[in-house]
This record gives sequence, structure tokens and C-alpha cells, in this order.
Amino acid sequence: MRTLTFAEAIEDAIAQAMSEDPNIIILGEDVRMLRVNLFSRFGEKRVINTPISESAFLGAGVTAAMAGLRPIVEIMLIDFIGVAIDALLNHAAKTEFFSGNKWKVPMVVRAACGGGYGDGGQHEQALWGWLAHIPGINIVVPSNPSDAGGLMLTAIEHDSPVIFLEHKLLADYWRDYLGSGGRDNLDYNVPPAGEKGEVPDKWLSIPLGSASMIREGTDITIASIGVGVHRALEAAQHLESKDISAEVIDLRSVAPLDTTTVLNSISKTGHLLVVDEDYKHYGLTGELAAIALENLLRLKFGRVSIDQTIPYSHSEEMKIIPGTKQIVASSLKLLKD
Amino acid sequence: MYRSRLFEEQVVQIWNDGLITGEMHTGIGEEAINAGIVTQLVDGDALALDHRGTSPSIIRGVDPKELLLEFMGHCKGLCSGMGGHMHIFSKSHLIASSGIVGASGPAAVGFAIAAQHLRPEKIAVAFFGEGAVNQGMLMESLNFSSVLKLPVLFVCKDSGMAITTQSSQVTAGKLVERAMSFDMPAKELDGTDVEIVWEAANEAIADARSGKGPSFILANCKRTQGHFLGDPLLRIVNEPVKELARITGPLFKSAVSFSGASLKERVRSLKNIASLLGKTAKHRFSGEQDPLLILRKKISEQEEIISIEEEVNKEMKGMVEEVLRMYENNNQG
Repeated sequence: MRTLTFAEAIEDAIAQAMSEDPNIIILGEDVRMLRVNLFSRFGEKRVINTPISESAFLGAGVTAAMAGLRPIVEIMLIDFIGVAIDALLNHAAKTEFFSGNKWKVPMVVRAACGGGYGDGGQHEQALWGWLAHIPGINIVVPSNPSDAGGLMLTAIEHDSPVIFLEHKLLADYWRDYLGSGGRDNLDYNVPPAGEKGEVPDKWLSIPLGSASMIREGTDITIASIGVGVHRALEAAQHLESKDISAEVIDLRSVAPLDTTTVLNSISKTGHLLVVDEDYKHYGLTGELAAIALENLLRLKFGRVSIDQTIPYSHSEEMKIIPGTKQIVASSLKLLKD
Repeated sequence: MYRSRLFEEQVVQIWNDGLITGEMHTGIGEEAINAGIVTQLVDGDALALDHRGTSPSIIRGVDPKELLLEFMGHCKGLCSGMGGHMHIFSKSHLIASSGIVGASGPAAVGFAIAAQHLRPEKIAVAFFGEGAVNQGMLMESLNFSSVLKLPVLFVCKDSGMAITTQSSQVTAGKLVERAMSFDMPAKELDGTDVEIVWEAANEAIADARSGKGPSFILANCKRTQGHFLGDPLLRIVNEPVKELARITGPLFKSAVSFSGASLKERVRSLKNIASLLGKTAKHRFSGEQDPLLILRKKISEQEEIISIEEEVNKEMKGMVEEVLRMYENNNQG
């Protein structure tokens, strides 16, 4: 084992994969600067700087993947996918189906996501629910360095499109790039266990769609993903002081979704609280409720999520991004009602 | 121009103090372009801005106090603290901004269609950088506005750097020729000289008002603050010892790792990084390239300038003090 930051883990896993498979390339804006280590090692043929032309280079990623490469296409922030959504919605996601399952698109879309540093509603969205709505797309959202490296390897090795979302609070270089910019007078409430941690010496892929049970409990199931997992864990500790035993599940993957782990937990606790930094309606929270009902479980359900545009004002955004206090309050309400 | 510069220098200070938590893109170095064009606009004209909208907004007459409060996330800000500097919206000035690169193109086209219907002889101006000209929606906007003969002035502020990439490495052909291929007049000019910008824009704006359709101006300028405050490339250039110590370890380890590209390719990568830093260093003003100094030199009534600047200094100082008081009170409340 060794200790790496969240960002180092992702880069390390990519370097491992790129040194083993010459068909892996990186396409994206500013990658010579953002991926300077990979650029210096693998050269400009494999780390390709693109113009600010997302619809062209994401669309190109789809067919490059169809024609034998394994591209990692970087959409700097997932908010910017709006410019290039056609490549995902109508091409990456459809090719496998249209070809009668004879042609695969082994492409990774890597993007930063999430808020909490004061960048506003056009740069801090999660959007994983919106993207998971599309059949044919896989989405992973790691919450710690070990999962970040493992899931990146999973994404690269997988034969269908995988969107890999790295939360900006966890990735130190994004936090510095878009937030502090070298200043040391700011505190973004970064979860330490998400930012840095132990990772394996050699990366192994993590099965796609496998949640991780990170805290066992008997009274309530709290399911989350990304930074929300750390807020949920902190909330679980608060709840323990009130004699409430909370089980915390890190979903790790939005699509496919590990329903078995969640359903087993609900069967035990009878209460499900979903903590989601994405939008409330038509998303991950509602999906989990629907799955529980479809499986005829009796449960009490609650959700902590975002149902408005994220405010630019840092103090205002912190009121609406799911935090520990809201999770504790919602858990208590769910158990009391 | 002076007011814009002074305002943004205050913003830099406030950002340094940590009172603005996230990104901040300034227009320091672009003032001559903004002033040369925006001062010719009248009520009913529209402005479609990019992520560097502060300077054109100040010059268009948006209240600096409301703007600064907005950047500090205050409820009394221009957009109640909800938009921030990349999303400046002022309905009364017909100003709309976006942090999505290239989005000012379609925005200006829509403003121009509305002008054709509702505001005869009024125009729309789109501001964007040279990096945005590789964005599909901007190319589509040039074509669309040309076939409809819309009253749009497309203003490309060319600093040669697209975020942290050298534009020349990701842009084919000449941008002026690209714009001309859409059958519209296009001109490249020195964007540090407000007089030159004003004259070119005057002609283009007159064409737009009289129904002759869109024009394109490519104005060269410097980007002295990098892409945004705290730009990592600029930090390396400004404080090489401190910043490089952080970067060189992993870079060296990676560059000499066993498997990877050939030695020749690795050397080329390292040269490329050095060239990127060199390009960044060149963006710091040398005296002759500061649009404010260029303007000052051109004006003969030096005493008058000094007295105007003193007045703006005083006004700005008072405004900033008031905003900081309001911010403090808000936090206490």
C-alpha cells in the first residue's frame, strides 16, 4: 500500500493503463498543462491538446473508440457537456444498440463535477442523474483515492462508454485551479479521507456497479455518492450520539446502480435517506425510491438533494449543497415521522 | 477605461483577501477594446459578454457598487449574489453574459433578431476570445447573422492564449479570413490602442445600424493576469522557485519512467511546456503595451487627465469602503 491524493491516484491509474496499452490516448483542452506528467511521459501523439471544440472532439472520441483506440476524452467541467451532448446522447450511447451489439465504444469521458467553492450554477453542477437517464452510458463517481484509481481503470478497460466524474473538492488541483488559485486564506470544508488515502501498489479494476458498504447500522440506510458520502459518514457519527445506528453506502456508480446492496440494507433498516448533490427531481434519489417500491419493500424514504440552480454566493450555496447538518436533520425527521 | 482598470484592480485585491472564493477572470489589458466599442453604444443596443464581462459592464454604465457586491456574493448585488462575475445580467442595459465559451455568439444573434423587430437601428455586440472561435456555435452564429443581415458586431479579443493553451497550436488558418468567408467585413487591429478600435468599430456599427449586416473585428491584446487570478502558469512565471518545486518532482519522475514515448518525443513534450511558460511570461505588460499608458500619451491636456483620475480614484475608494462595510454587516447579520 502507498498513500496518494485523489488526483494522483487517477493519474497513476491512467499511467499504468497507458504504459500497458498503446491504444489509450487522451483528448482534451489544456491537457498539456493539466496532464503535464502524462504529456511528458507519453508524448503529444497520445496526449492531444484540443481546441475549445467539445462537440468535435467528443464526437471524434466516439469513432476513434469504434475504430480501435481507447480514448479518454476530457470535458473540463461536466457543465460544459451541454455543448457536446449530441455525441453522448445520440452517438456514444446508441452505436452499440444500432449495430446489433456488434460494435462497441470503449471511450472514457473524464470531467470534473460538483460545487462548494463559489463558482456558481454553470460550473458546479453534478448532472450524473441527467446523464444516467440515457440508456447505454455508464457513470462512476469515486469518493476516495483508492476508488478513484480503481474506477478509472474500470472505465478504461470497459468496452462501453463510461463517464468518470471527479469531484472538485476532492481533487486538489481542481480546487486550486478553480478555487483558491494559490491563496491560503480559504476553507472549502474538504473531507480529508476523500482527498488523500491509501491505495494499492498496482491498480486493479473495481467491478462496475458495485456499491461499497462503508458503515454498518441497523436503524437507517444513508446512500450517497462522491463528497456526499463523507457528509453522510459525519452525519452518522452525530446520529450515533443520539443512539441512532446509521448504515452508510457509497454507491460509487450511478449507472449501473448496485440495487442489491441498497435493497438488502433497506430490508434491514426500513428507512432510506438518499444524499445526492445532483438535482432532486427525476434523478438518483427518485430512482432509488422507485427501485425499492418495485421490489415491494416497505420503507420510509427521504432525500437531501438540490432543487434549484446553485447560487454563486459561497454562503448561499453552502445552504443548499447537502451537508452534514441537513443529513442529520432529515434522518431524525424520517425516524420520527 | 481608467474606471474599469481601477475597479478591476480593487477586485484583484478583494480576491487576494479571500472575500471572493472562486474563479475571477479580469479584463485588465482589454480596456481599449471594450472602451473603443462600448462607448459607442446607445440605449437599446445589446451586449453579449463572455466570462470577462466586468470591464465592458463598467464602461456601459452598470453601477460599480452593485457589481462589486455581486462578486462578493451579497444579496444587494446586481444579480442578488446568484450570478457572479461570469453571469452578469442587466436587463436595463440589455447585457447578458455566459461562462460557456462561445455562447456570446448565439446570444448576440438573438438580441439582433429582436432589434430588427422591436428596436430599429439598434445593434448587438458579441465579445469573445480567440479560443472561442473554434467553438461550433460561434461559427454557426457568424453564418446565421450573415444570411439574415443582422445588426451584429462580433469582437474577438485575441490574446493568443486559450485558457492555458497557445491558440496557434489549436487554430488553423487566419481568423479574419475565416470571418470574411461568411461574407462579412473583417478587420485585424491593435487592441491596445483605443483610438484605432474606436475608428474601426465606428464604421462597423454604422453599417450594422443601417442594415448592412454583421462585421467582425479581431483585436490583439495582452492577458496580463493569465486566464484567471491565480493562473498556475503565471504563478510559475512569477514565483518560479516556489511553484516549480511543487511540479518538477512528479514531472521528472514521469518523464523518465520506463515505459512511454520515445526519448525524442519526451524531449519535444518538455520543450512544449517550456514554450508555454515563455509565452505566459511575455504577457506581462511592458510599458508600451498597456492600453491606459498608450491613451495617456496621446492626450495633450495632462493636467485635466490627472484631475479626472483623481476624481475616479476618490469615487472608487469610497465605493469600495462602503461595499466592504456592507459585506461585513451582512456576515454579522
